[in-house]
Order: sequence, then C-alpha cells, then structure tokens
Amino acid sequence: MVDPVFIGVAVLTVGSAIISLESRELIYGAIALAISMMGIAGFFILLDSPFVAMFQIAVYVGAVAVLVIFTVMLVRTQALFTTREDKGRKSAGIVLMLIFMASIGAIFIVSGLNSQTFGNPKAPAVDFTTIGQQMLTYYSPALIALALTLAGAVIGALALARREGEEIEQKND
Amino acid sequence: MTELIYYVLISVVLVAIGIYGLVVKRNAVRMLFALEIIANAANLNLIAFSRNLSNTQGQVFALFSIAIAAAEVAVGLGIIIIAYRLYKEIDVEEFKSMRG
Repeated sequence: MVDPVFIGVAVLTVGSAIISLESRELIYGAIALAISMMGIAGFFILLDSPFVAMFQIAVYVGAVAVLVIFTVMLVRTQALFTTREDKGRKSAGIVLMLIFMASIGAIFIVSGLNSQTFGNPKAPAVDFTTIGQQMLTYYSPALIALALTLAGAVIGALALARREGEEIEQKND
Repeated sequence: MTELIYYVLISVVLVAIGIYGLVVKRNAVRMLFALEIIANAANLNLIAFSRNLSNTQGQVFALFSIAIAAAEVAVGLGIIIIAYRLYKEIDVEEFKSMRG
C-alpha cells in the first residue's frame, strides 16, 4: 500500500530534481534543488527520523542552497546562458537514464526486497536520543574526524577562492 | 505505511536523474547539482533501510554523509569560482589546462 502523502512528496522531489537540471536560468535551478532537498527531508519525516530531517533542512536548504545561490549571483549572468548542448548527447543521456532506471528498478522489483518478509516497517522507530548517545560515545572518534574534515574543507575553500592579486599588491605597498 | 521497495525505487530514479545531469550538462554548477541529487538518493536509502531494520547506524551514517556533502559543496564552489576567474566561463569543456 502506498501512502498518498508519499506520492505527493515523491512527485515534488523528482519533479523539482528534474527542474533543477533543466530550468533555463541557473538561479531557478538552485531554488528547485532546495525544494528537492526539502522533499528528501519530507521522506525522512515519513520514515520517522525527524532528527535527520531537521539536519537535512538546516544543512541543505539553509547552507548549501544559499551558498549555491550566492555563487550563481557572483558569476556573470551572460556566462550562465552560453552553455551549448548538442541534441545528440542530450537524447543519449535520456536513453542512458531510462535504461538505468528500468534495469536497476527491475532488479529491485524482482529481488527479495519486494517481499513482505524483508525487514519490518512496523518495527519501533529509532529514538533520536539513542542517536545522540551513540554520536558522543561509540562514534565520537568519527565525529572528531568529521569536524576536522569540515574545518579543513572550509579553510581549503576559502584559500581556493581568495584573490591572489591582492596579496601581491600588499607586498608592493 | 509505505513499504521499503518504494523508497528504493525513488532513490533509483533520483540516481538516474543525477547520472543524466552528469552526462549531459556542461555547466559546472549544474553538474554539482547532479552530484547533490545522487548524494541525497544515497541518504534516502540509508534512512529507509535504517527504518525497516530498526537500526540506529543508518541514521548516524546519514548525518555524517550530509555533513560531508556540505564540505564537498564548499570546495566544489571554490573550484568553480577559480575556474570562472581563469576562463571567464563555467562550461566544463572550456577548462583546457587540465586536458590530457
């Protein structure tokens, strides 16, 4: 049995994922990507994991989408329109996408995942206090490594995007 | 309650859309969008299996994965800004200096 809410969220997610790749203007694509991420967060709520859903909204919709929108605004608008696409490559991409969907989807449909015996949807949901406890006990080394990775990545991104000309000007002063 | 197979099929569809974007699009920002869609499909799978097996690890891994994806976007956009500064263009086929 499929939940009608599930169908709605699925249409929202897949539709706005397609719009994010196919919209004419990149800024609308960025907004559609944010809506698609909201749809994924909706799936997380349907799957009884509100903690991950809130994290998804905070990180993807709050940080990533805003970052992408700022970058799109920084880049000269003319450059965003001049991406030429060949028709042949586009139709080949669509064919590849459909073949991938059909084959992998068929594999999952005939596999044991489709049977009622796999897993238990009515199992009790994972309590998010357990996640917090696990994060601070068993996964604490991974959490520290994650924090260092994030700090390194952000510092690296800042160092990458810095203008090198300004430093040379300062040396000349 | 929706069964697990529907979530898996939705994530297959999202991965296929992401692969289409990576293959067809020449705009670097749009390729980053496609990567994000693929990463989100993976997260959806993690959470769906975690729900059906009533297992905490799936949710913890999804949290780590979301945080890593945020770092990936920051570095990717930094690289795109540099490439734009060098070539005045965000078409990936115009980025010539790393071509073999």
